[in-house]
Amino acid sequence: MTTLTETAKDERTTASESPVVRFREVGKVYDDEGLRVTAIRSVTFDIPKKRFAMIVGPSGSGKTTLLNLIGCIDTPTSGRLEVCGQDIGTLGDRALTDFRSRNIAFVFQNFNLLPVLTAYENVEYPLLLLGMRASERRDQTMAMLASVGLTDKRDHRPNQLSGGQKQRVAIARALVKKPAVVLADEPTANLDSHTGAEIIALMREVQEQHAVSFVFSTHDPQLISHADDTFVIRDGELTDRSSQGRN
Amino acid sequence: MLFKIAFRNILRNGRRSAMTLLAIAVGSIAVVLFGEFVAFIRAGLETNAVQNVGHLTVFRTGYFDYGAGNPAAFGIESYENVIRLIKGDPEIGPTLNVVTPTVSLSGIAGNFDIDASKTFLGAGYVPADREHMRRWDEHGVSRHRANEDPALRDDDETIGVVGVGLARVLGLCAPLKIPNCPPRPVTPRPAMGAASADLPSLSDEDIAPGNHGDAPRLDLLTATASGAPNVMSLHVARAEPQSARELDENVVIMHLALAQRLLYGRGERQAVGIIVQLHRTEDLVLVRARLAALFAAHHLDLEIRDFADREPFYRQAVGMFSAIFLFIALIMGVIVLFTVVNTMGMSVVERTNEIGTARAMGLQRAGVRRLFVLEGTLLGAFGASVGVSLGQVIAVLFNHTGAMWTPPGQAAPSPLEVLTSGMQPLLIGACLLLMVIATLAAVVPANRAARLKVVDALRHV
Repeated sequence: MTTLTETAKDERTTASESPVVRFREVGKVYDDEGLRVTAIRSVTFDIPKKRFAMIVGPSGSGKTTLLNLIGCIDTPTSGRLEVCGQDIGTLGDRALTDFRSRNIAFVFQNFNLLPVLTAYENVEYPLLLLGMRASERRDQTMAMLASVGLTDKRDHRPNQLSGGQKQRVAIARALVKKPAVVLADEPTANLDSHTGAEIIALMREVQEQHAVSFVFSTHDPQLISHADDTFVIRDGELTDRSSQGRN
Repeated sequence: MLFKIAFRNILRNGRRSAMTLLAIAVGSIAVVLFGEFVAFIRAGLETNAVQNVGHLTVFRTGYFDYGAGNPAAFGIESYENVIRLIKGDPEIGPTLNVVTPTVSLSGIAGNFDIDASKTFLGAGYVPADREHMRRWDEHGVSRHRANEDPALRDDDETIGVVGVGLARVLGLCAPLKIPNCPPRPVTPRPAMGAASADLPSLSDEDIAPGNHGDAPRLDLLTATASGAPNVMSLHVARAEPQSARELDENVVIMHLALAQRLLYGRGERQAVGIIVQLHRTEDLVLVRARLAALFAAHHLDLEIRDFADREPFYRQAVGMFSAIFLFIALIMGVIVLFTVVNTMGMSVVERTNEIGTARAMGLQRAGVRRLFVLEGTLLGAFGASVGVSLGQVIAVLFNHTGAMWTPPGQAAPSPLEVLTSGMQPLLIGACLLLMVIATLAAVVPANRAARLKVVDALRHV
């Protein structure tokens, strides 16, 4: 692991391609009925494209806040944040939602599948939000279910699936719309180590297959060991960063 | 997909949705049953009124407001020509069921065998026309009423009918076999004045020949159009109970010719009114307008009154029952409103995480709002459809119970029913009303769901 001052070398290695996420002195302060809590303190860093990036740090360090900011489901209170080249601070709620639907996908710790939909419908749902034609939707959904090995479970509701299968559906749902970046918040936390390893392998496989950027927040050493880039955050500040030099 | 998600979400919490549907269904049943009951009351009142006074009555202008004190002064001359004019009009001809003259009068009825007398309100009809009018039953609500033999006869002018109260006062209980008639109290017999003594002998001169069996006789004293006293005898065939005590103790129904002789003596016989009974009440407005145009074109000084004008009780009773119906519908609406608000509110809380997930994936706020509003609409539609269907089944079953009552405006008991035919506007209206209420009830929780911050929603446990 390198120190923050040593990151210039890594930035040079990926400078040929613009980053998928660019933080510039981004801060986030929560104001809870007069009680101000600083979650992020003026962080500046880039996350390169098409990488397996991990944001790591202890509980309460600001990992999830960073992920939420990248996911455009929260907005910074200071600084400038660009995702896929778009300054998200300039977008209103409607435009931000539209931006999310096209560019960003999520894999949640608790899978967050819609319980009233089947595996197939859960994967199809993001395409519906994009207004895609039915035949195109069907083809992409089936292809995605096949790539996560769940074709035979297509008509199962989430409560009929195991934890690993649910996370596979969640990964398929995230990738089906071909987003620029997939955000995964502790994706293996609710899985046993064997299933967690399978899911990590699957994510790595589809990441390479679809050339998509993955950004994780995690404690899981097993997952961290797969990172191309690691960003260490503590008390809302980026304290360290390392890169495997892939790409 | 939106519809699919909404539908499945309703089925998701089965017990809660069932309770909500039950509340909506009970609301629908209450609205439908009471609405059909009010419709039955309205139809019954309308049928009663139309059987008695027709849909429309043509009077000389001013009679309706001023004629009660002196009906003879407001007679319609050459009324046969007016009737021919009405019946002959090609526009309204097919809508007419009965067009018949009538005479209203007042005077004193006496049973001088026992020295009893009483003021009376009389009405004269053409017996066959009256019988035809009494068979009018557009709504099918008087099919259970006993078909009594017509008391008035075309071939006998002196036969008539009186109210039960009048018969009792004039001592006709025994001859008319009126049940539950208390014995007549003994009162001091006043000395008969010269005029009173003359009345029986005066009327004797006018008694028409005929076989009246044991029918008791009354003498009717009136003032003619010229102001002269006039007396005629009436043989009472039957006493019929009337809806109001005042009417019951005063009414005398007689042959038109007898009423005309009482009112006009041996002068020109006129009619006080011309009753127009239609096949269908819905033609009333059209016929009324056409009659007004017809009379204006022929320079006839006549006015037209409908049965609601002539029987104010109809309007009052219908107004009262309609107000009660609206009150019940309002209460049911409020219950449904709060039930759906509560159900949808709980659903929003339970599904906060899902809302956050869908929003994170790119569902707009409007999409969230649409989903919850649609769920409210579906709840309303299912609940109201089930309720309306059950309401109809209960109504049909209820109509087979044979319950009896004495409806407002009627003197005799009749079956207590609810009107089930021709109630499509009520059924559709109840469905739509409850659907709209359920939809509106879902708007507040839907807005709350749509306004949730994605981050907060995802954090919700």
